[in-house]
Amino acid sequence: MSIEQREARQPWILLSPALAAIVMLLIVPLVFIVVYSFWLKSAAGADTPGFFLDNWQEALTDPFYRDILLNTLKIAAITTLVCALLGYPAAFFIARSQGNKVGLLVLLMLPFWISYIIRTMSWINILGVSGALNSAMIWLGIINEPIQMLYNETTVILGLVHFLLPFMVLNIFVSLDGIDTNLEDAASSLGATRWQGFLQVTLPLSLPGLAAGGLLCFVLSAGTYITPVILGGPRDAMFANLVYEAIIRQLNWPLGSALSLLLLAVLGVLVIIYNRYLGMAQLAKGLG
Amino acid sequence: MGWRLIRFYTILVYLFMFLPIAVVVLLSFNANQFGSFPMTGLSTRWFEALWNNEAIMRAFRTSIVLGLMTAAISTVLGVLASLALVRYQIPGRNMITTLLIAPILVPEVVLAVALLLFLNFLDIGKSFTLLLAGHVIFTLPFVILVVQARLISIRRDVEEAALSLGASPMQTFLKITLPQLMPAVAAGGLFAFTISFDDITGTLFWKPGGVETVPTQIFSMLRNSISPEINALGTVIIVLTVGLPLIGAALARRLATKSGG
Repeated sequence: MSIEQREARQPWILLSPALAAIVMLLIVPLVFIVVYSFWLKSAAGADTPGFFLDNWQEALTDPFYRDILLNTLKIAAITTLVCALLGYPAAFFIARSQGNKVGLLVLLMLPFWISYIIRTMSWINILGVSGALNSAMIWLGIINEPIQMLYNETTVILGLVHFLLPFMVLNIFVSLDGIDTNLEDAASSLGATRWQGFLQVTLPLSLPGLAAGGLLCFVLSAGTYITPVILGGPRDAMFANLVYEAIIRQLNWPLGSALSLLLLAVLGVLVIIYNRYLGMAQLAKGLG
Repeated sequence: MGWRLIRFYTILVYLFMFLPIAVVVLLSFNANQFGSFPMTGLSTRWFEALWNNEAIMRAFRTSIVLGLMTAAISTVLGVLASLALVRYQIPGRNMITTLLIAPILVPEVVLAVALLLFLNFLDIGKSFTLLLAGHVIFTLPFVILVVQARLISIRRDVEEAALSLGASPMQTFLKITLPQLMPAVAAGGLFAFTISFDDITGTLFWKPGGVETVPTQIFSMLRNSISPEINALGTVIIVLTVGLPLIGAALARRLATKSGG
């Protein structure tokens, strides 16, 4: 074998373990559940292989699944919006502050390192019947009896925002930090007010970061399983809870496969639209 | 919008992020037997209870072993793949990169179902092996992103100098590239460990009955009610997860200044 041939083979040797892992443990399994979603659950014993449309019919037409899917998308959309509204000014402050930018950013990213389940359950300490807020209000004489503030859709969104806000801030920051501040100066020297300069120069240039943060927030909240279980009530199930229910509790794997793929398809459309207009590079910037 | 207003708003955002965490730490030292407000005094009894809770300690050991193995495998796979992506001209690089970070883009619950059903089909049921495979897939993209970013900033000419002075590619990698890459390898490994240690959604699908990791243990304890023990466990995890990366970053900086000297 010539040296050139060996050179050409080297990167593939380096890549093969990682590629093999992704293909064998993600791509093939995904293809496998596509096939599995057309099988039929048997009352006893192994599921029946074949090409049955029953699971897909159930997943797509049962109003129960449809309502929860729509509700999941609604919760994800509100979460993303709230993250953007909270995150943008904070990211702007960090990017434009004269002080220690990196320090401020790292501080805000710290909760990201702290266990997701701990952060989620921490809201029970705040909003629970014997939590900080109720205790404070009773102590101040505002209320006599503790009120139940937990276990509804609002607290689910609250928990999700608390979990996802660092992703949003980081992505917007990366975008804002890359903007040449001379552009804003140029706008103001040409007579724009600071507000106009922001609206017409800074905001449009930071949209890629906002979009990347938004995509991450939306996809991660739409796929969430834990938050609605801990902070939601019995009627606040999200789509991932249905999947868990079908796979782990009912052991209806063909139906669970169809439901998983439905969720993947809905979110996949978003990722594809995003990729079409902004590309994956922006996302990698905010993650790395 | 005035700058002061933005600053005030930002402070509120920081408070929103940190107050619930601070309350967890505060309540974990609460002497009150229900672990709720009002605080009746300071005590470390919940930490002692934690130490004596066999189920929690077992979960801790499981999580640490799983995290270390995940970090080791993901880091090796990630470093090799990053080298290929950054140091060689390969056709279809963008597609390969997208493929390698695909696990981030697929909702975790879907990834969990696909892996569970496929490996079950191959007669690998819910087990530690399945758990490890899942965690590796889930953490690999993060390692690749971190290592790749670092590798791009390492200058190629030092490697070329070593090669032209007669070092073999392997020697060059071990003596030139790897030392410069160490901070990224450490960061990637730490990242993988933390993500694995923290993972719950996938773990709930993959774990065999009776095996608990720290997050799933907390999750099952939460089913009953929030106990002060959970707050104490939260405090331990907060100290570990915030402390470890900080120590790691400090170490990485020392290593970097030493070798950069």
